[in-house]
Amino acid sequence: MDELQSLEQAQAAALAALEAVNDEAALEAWRIAHLGRSAPVMLAFSRLGQAPKELRPQIGQAANRVKQALEEAFAARAQALKEAALQRSLTAERLDVTLPGRRPAQGSLHIETQTLREMYRIFGEMGFQVFRAPDVETDENNFTALNIPPYHPARDMWDTFYTTNPGVLLRTHTSPGQIRAMRQFAPQPIRVVLPGMCYRYEQASSRKDIQFTQVELLAVGYHITFGDFKGTLRDFAQRIFGESLRTRLRPSYFPFTEPSAEMDVECVICRGKGCALCKGSGWLEIMGCGMVHPTVLQNGGYDPAKFSGFAAGIGPGRVAMLRHAIEDLRAFYINDVRFLEQF
Amino acid sequence: MKIPLSWLRDYVEIDLSLEELARRLTMAGLEVEEIRLVGLPMPPANPTGIPHEFNYTGLSWEPDKIVVAQIDEVMPHPNADRLVLCRLNDGTAEQTVLTGAPNLFEYKGRGPLPAPLKVAYAKEGARIYDGHQPGQVLTTLKRAKIRGIESYSMVCSEKELGISEEHEGIIILDADAPTGMPLVDYMGDAVLDISILPNMARNACVLGVAREVSALTGRPLRLPERRVPAIGPAVEGLARIEISEPEYNPRFTLGLIRGVKPQPSPYWVQRRLRLAGMRPINSIVDATNYVMLETCQPLHAFDYGVLTRRAGGKAPTILTRRAAPGEKLTTLDGVERSLDEFTVLVCDTAGALSIAGVMGGAESEVTEATTDVLLEGASWNFINIRRTVGAQKLNSEAAYRFARGVHPELAPYGVQLGLERMALWSGGQIAAGLVDAYPLPQADPEVALTAQDVTRALDIHLSLEEIAALLSRLGFTCRTEGETLYAKTPPNRLDIGEGLVGRADLIEEIARLVGFDNLPYTRLADPLPPPVEEDSTLWAEEHLRDVLAGLGLREVITFRMTSAEREARLYLPGSPELEAPYIRLANPISPERAVMRRSLLASVLEVLERNIRLRDRLAFFEIGPVFLPVEGQTLPDEAGRVVIALSGRREVPAWNEAASGNMDFYDLKGIIESLLDGLHIRGAEYEPAGSDIFHPGKCARVRLGEQVLGVFGELHPIVKARYDFLAAPVLAADLHLSALLEASPAGYTASSVSPYPPVLEDLAVVVDEAIPAGQVAEAIRQGGGRLLAGVRLFDIYRGEQIGPGKKSLAYNLTYQAPDRTLTDQDAAGIRQRIIRRLEQDLGARLRS
Repeated sequence: MDELQSLEQAQAAALAALEAVNDEAALEAWRIAHLGRSAPVMLAFSRLGQAPKELRPQIGQAANRVKQALEEAFAARAQALKEAALQRSLTAERLDVTLPGRRPAQGSLHIETQTLREMYRIFGEMGFQVFRAPDVETDENNFTALNIPPYHPARDMWDTFYTTNPGVLLRTHTSPGQIRAMRQFAPQPIRVVLPGMCYRYEQASSRKDIQFTQVELLAVGYHITFGDFKGTLRDFAQRIFGESLRTRLRPSYFPFTEPSAEMDVECVICRGKGCALCKGSGWLEIMGCGMVHPTVLQNGGYDPAKFSGFAAGIGPGRVAMLRHAIEDLRAFYINDVRFLEQF
Repeated sequence: MKIPLSWLRDYVEIDLSLEELARRLTMAGLEVEEIRLVGLPMPPANPTGIPHEFNYTGLSWEPDKIVVAQIDEVMPHPNADRLVLCRLNDGTAEQTVLTGAPNLFEYKGRGPLPAPLKVAYAKEGARIYDGHQPGQVLTTLKRAKIRGIESYSMVCSEKELGISEEHEGIIILDADAPTGMPLVDYMGDAVLDISILPNMARNACVLGVAREVSALTGRPLRLPERRVPAIGPAVEGLARIEISEPEYNPRFTLGLIRGVKPQPSPYWVQRRLRLAGMRPINSIVDATNYVMLETCQPLHAFDYGVLTRRAGGKAPTILTRRAAPGEKLTTLDGVERSLDEFTVLVCDTAGALSIAGVMGGAESEVTEATTDVLLEGASWNFINIRRTVGAQKLNSEAAYRFARGVHPELAPYGVQLGLERMALWSGGQIAAGLVDAYPLPQADPEVALTAQDVTRALDIHLSLEEIAALLSRLGFTCRTEGETLYAKTPPNRLDIGEGLVGRADLIEEIARLVGFDNLPYTRLADPLPPPVEEDSTLWAEEHLRDVLAGLGLREVITFRMTSAEREARLYLPGSPELEAPYIRLANPISPERAVMRRSLLASVLEVLERNIRLRDRLAFFEIGPVFLPVEGQTLPDEAGRVVIALSGRREVPAWNEAASGNMDFYDLKGIIESLLDGLHIRGAEYEPAGSDIFHPGKCARVRLGEQVLGVFGELHPIVKARYDFLAAPVLAADLHLSALLEASPAGYTASSVSPYPPVLEDLAVVVDEAIPAGQVAEAIRQGGGRLLAGVRLFDIYRGEQIGPGKKSLAYNLTYQAPDRTLTDQDAAGIRQRIIRRLEQDLGARLRS
């Protein structure tokens, strides 16, 4: 019975010692001490032959029990130690997530490009395709063919940069593109968007610059009405500024359209209540537009008795200013990186 | 055009609120830019919660504090020579009012006035403008002692009431002003400042706007009445007219009034002129200006006595003709003017009197001493007047109207109204009849229109009667014949064309009167036209922008106007670019922007320069045209360029990383390689290039076959030093947009990824230093053939182990077949072919 007692004592001592084990090395030492070749339980196995025959099964079973218990305890302890070690390392590796991230070099598209694309997309879905025309134009295309003969008072509406080559100027609007598109496609119907850089000889201010991008819209067809013109432009304005915004058309004058109008959109900031941006009126002027003048249709190669159409001119710069609360249009072509990075 | 509301009401009844009137006018194309209150109260906020749609300025007069009063006696101030005391009746009580107004001094000490002076009287606590401060500063009248006399109220000047800037004396109202009446009820007003569109020249006058109000509201238009009979001896024979060129001067009309006495006009006339933005002069000149503001017809008053004297005592002859070569004239403003061959003059037999329609000369002007006035009403070719205004840099209210077109029918009407006003305000007797030369009568178009035309254009259904009713309100005379309406243009407008143009003009008028906002909205129902060809290059260009932005570059858009000097910074001395022709501006806004750019690179480098200290790493690109004049071509070539500019750190600095090195040639080349990959351009070649811009050893030309795609490199140190750049190298590329887009295939195919494992091995070869790496890689590719799937240079070694004048290039090679696993023998075979090719072509040897 001494053997049985000492096995129990060995088990108790080993389990107690295991309690104190706190790292891999101590665990290995414990394993050698309590499950190694000279551990008490192992010695009990080797002494089994010397025990009285009738006691052998009892002692053998007890030794097995103790060995199994110690092995299980060892495995459990090893697992616990592993988990604790993982926990410690996870804790040790904790980062300050509020430190700044490491940024890749970033590129960007100019806000004007982004705005233009959005306009192309909206008009594209209505069937308008992009058609481009040159910056340096003839007086004929920029004025005369658009129903603005030389010395006509309407020429006062555009302060023009002329080149030293007589009859050649910097286009003051994208409307000469109307003439180019019409002459190219007549008598086919047309639906085009004419983007381009335009130039005006005037004092630069926060609202205008000597160079600016304009997008012209032109539709010519057999059954195009004032209603189509109103509907298309309202659809555009609501898609680019917001579905719920009201629009209105005010009669205006351009020599190449009749009737001519200015389109106003409800102020994007105050929604019609009156603020500094809309100067209290609740409305913002966003484009000049109208039905194509019969003389212009004729100059473009269309029979005004059969064809009708509409045209509009919109500044993507103005659109971007309103949508992003940009205060000064002149920022667009100065290209300060602190401005560019915001888009 | 400044329109006083009270004046407008002379011709049309208005029962709309001020705000509603302004809105209706604006929505009919007469945009009200400002409403200046001159006494009237500010309208209440409208029910939708929008305070006011229009921009209000000016002053409202409190009815209980500012009233009509009468001065019964003007007495000296006991302690001050420059002040007087007025015994004044404000309708309820007698007051003593202190003033320094110089126009009361003539009444000082005369005792009770036989005809009391009517004045604008502000009581204690009234809010008015401070007359002694510049501009308009509100002040409240308070009790104070001035030189021993208590003062608590004021007789007002125009400035103090916000009527004009006039502060020389107080307002003396017309004698019939009712004492005690609130001033706002007597003459409270508002001035609508209306922007006049070029095709609405007819509305640059009060009657024009009144006609629009009448058309918009349906209230009848009341034209001014003539009450003074022309009973003097007939003007016929007292003046003659000779027009030499009717194209320039279609009509010229003269009227005569004798026995006038020029004097200050009645106060209400002066007030209206000032509210409309003109200065009262005397009752003769004021009558001409009044009629111009009223009807659009400018008038000119000649001193008939002076003209008769110049004609040697005979009846004067007025001639109109173009200026003779070298002819000069001194205008009213005292400037001697050289005249152009197109300048039209009004002359008499003794010489030029005025520049037609623009400005008079001094000699024949009306003065205090004038007794007889010959009144001119003419019509001029508006395009020629505009040319004259531009050439002489001279403008006037008359020229403003003539340059936009005044209908010839208005000339006699204006002259008659003018003579009438003169008789009323200056006395005198109007000579019967007019002298009227009308060699080129205006043909007022009669335009045909059907109900269907209106429906087709505007999507609304109006009967011919409804259309006729609308047009009649604007003065058109309408008749119908079957299904067609014929509308005769009224004799006050020149903006209606013939035929189809006239039809469009009428449809615009109908749309305007119906209201653009009342017309329906529809969506385009016409079939889609065929596609436009240009589209594909646009989207290819946009794709290029995406590729460049994806490579970490920021897009810029620069000014296309520059100067030759700014672009010259880019080139080394002797560069042919320095001699290249520019598109030059005839009227540059500044010397800095006098030509159209030839180099996009110059513009983008300016952007880099401007930002150089703002960030550690800068990388920009722009895609846009340059302007290249071509001999024998009217318009220049607008050639697209793609420009890249880089400088600074390779990577954005981070707190936990040592700063990276500066970008160099190879960073730029990597971007260009990636750019070509993005466009699916394969097989581009790079070769050393000479350049006027770049470092001679760090510049490459990129080519696809014979087509040059562009050049790039590090800026030449001499060029770089001309800019405010930092120590880091500046890298730049100047590529041809059209060449890139042409080289980019319209379509491309993808190859499948081989499922068989690749064989990887390294190969180091030693070659002469002079052999470019590109040739080595090319030889490897040729030797390796189709089974060589990848070649990547990973190291270059120079040193003792391989001897002087040599370099060792080490490559990772990947062999792979699409259809099987390569054997060791396969790999050895490929390797042998590569080595053989390197030895044969380049004299290379394997590095052991």
